[in-house]
Amino acid sequence: MIASHHPRRQHVVFGVLLLASLAAIALVVGVSVGIGDLPIPLSTTFSAVTNRLGWTAVELNRIHETVIWDYRLSRALVAAFCGAGLALSGAIMQSLLRNPLAEPYVLGISAGASTGAVAVVILGIGAGAVSLSAGAFAGAFAAFFFVALLSNGTRGGADRTILAGVAASQMFNAATAYIVTTSGNAQQARDVMFWLLGSFGGVRWPEFALVSVIISLGLIACLFYARVLDAFAFGDEAASALGANVGQARIVLFALTAMMTATIVSMVGSIGFVGLVVPHAARFVVGPVHIRLLPACAVAGAIFMVLADVASRTLVPQQVLPIGVVTALVGVPFFSVILYRFQRAS
Amino acid sequence: MSIEVHDIVWKIGKKTIIDGISFEAPKGKMLGLLGPNGSGKTSLLRLIAGLKRPHSGKVTLDAQDIGTIGRRSVARRMAFVEQHATTNANLRVVDVVKLGRFPHRSIFSGWTPADEEAVEDALDRAGILEKRNDRWQSLSGGEKQRAHIARALAQSPSELILDEPTNHLDIQHQIGLMRLVSGLPITSIIALHDLNHAAMFCDRLIVLQKGRIVACGAPHEVLTEHLLKEVFSVEARVESSAYHARPHIQYLR
Repeated sequence: MIASHHPRRQHVVFGVLLLASLAAIALVVGVSVGIGDLPIPLSTTFSAVTNRLGWTAVELNRIHETVIWDYRLSRALVAAFCGAGLALSGAIMQSLLRNPLAEPYVLGISAGASTGAVAVVILGIGAGAVSLSAGAFAGAFAAFFFVALLSNGTRGGADRTILAGVAASQMFNAATAYIVTTSGNAQQARDVMFWLLGSFGGVRWPEFALVSVIISLGLIACLFYARVLDAFAFGDEAASALGANVGQARIVLFALTAMMTATIVSMVGSIGFVGLVVPHAARFVVGPVHIRLLPACAVAGAIFMVLADVASRTLVPQQVLPIGVVTALVGVPFFSVILYRFQRAS
Repeated sequence: MSIEVHDIVWKIGKKTIIDGISFEAPKGKMLGLLGPNGSGKTSLLRLIAGLKRPHSGKVTLDAQDIGTIGRRSVARRMAFVEQHATTNANLRVVDVVKLGRFPHRSIFSGWTPADEEAVEDALDRAGILEKRNDRWQSLSGGEKQRAHIARALAQSPSELILDEPTNHLDIQHQIGLMRLVSGLPITSIIALHDLNHAAMFCDRLIVLQKGRIVACGAPHEVLTEHLLKEVFSVEARVESSAYHARPHIQYLR
């Protein structure tokens, strides 16, 4: 009998891993909060949090406390949830579409969001009453429904869904380019470009409240579908023969990932690479079984994104790089190492 | 009768693939499905497994229309081994076999000793116990096929549907698989190309041609020289084997 089959031992291992993961995320967030033009020691950040929770009453520098609370902590936590959500969505897309190149934006969500954003910013749709985020969110869901319609709802196979996503992305990207080139001035075009590449600048506690709720609920809901996702390993028909409700699972999982991705994109722009590569990295380490893979993706995505955010603020002095640039610049070498090492190992 | 097929018709577009087929699969017996390429064997098996809905007619499980039974309930009693089912996920053999327990587990139920026993038993019967921790991508075609058989057995089915399961297997494992399936106390329907294997192991045979049944019955009734010429377009001599008393086909050059 293999040890991991023992239920109680499995629970203990799970508990230990969960605590270790949360501690790792907390540590990375703490370090991230400390890094910047005004360095703050980890102990100060820790005390500021425990003070706020009412557990301690340590005397702290007011400026430190303000920087921690009003800027850096919310930013780091939003980054963590965005990374978790993108990696989770990517893993689900790759499994559901049975395609290693699938990622959260494969259903046209990022392209739709960009069209929605430029429609608000450049065309002025909504006359100022609609925020860029709301426009992006609406655009993302418009693209998602377009893809759902084009791929024949739930009955179309994975390839059809991917083709529909490609078509939708092309169309919405073209619409964005059309609006930018015909109506935008140089400054607006630059703003849109920056927004598309992603930024955690300007995210505060309201954003944290929204993204943490959406991603947490998304993670829990996806975990309920972990076994169903396993059953998809040999395709839709095999999943159906195993007794999975394929149509329902596809609708629910596509809707969940669309919800998570659209929320993230409309908040911080379309940050690439994380949703594509973190699931592969996680799969190398914990294997393809989803009850382990999905939480691993969430944790790895969270840590990766917080570190990428630190890099975006520190790589070039006095300047914040778009986070999408950093995720690829930092991520590709990192992923190369994993790819290389695990190819040799197996 | 566990599985009954009542006058089913199934089309792709305007092309009729299955053209009014009716038969019964005797409980606990092994039913062989023969026919040339494109005669509708795979389509018929998918219809029987409830993966496709017939345009008319119905398939019943213990007299209940399979279309009215939930997918999970069907999967608890009927396992299906597809042709060429593969994955890009690098699962271990034991993970693949564990998929067979999917219909028996609810979202909240943990992995039970019964699940474990079913998986171990299935690995053992399919002869891949020692491969249990091997990764899918490292398996040979035959090992993949046996992993699929083990997954199907782990479903603890009372009906087993197999679509050309002996493809990719060497002769030892072909015979081993036929012996395994014919020895199971369950109803099985198996599409085959090797007529001698069908004659040796199946209790009954059905021969399809262009979506219709052209012959059915015991192997010695079905496998005649006339049928081999008419349906499969081969000259052959059929004798009763001195070793197993079933028909033995010798093809002529």
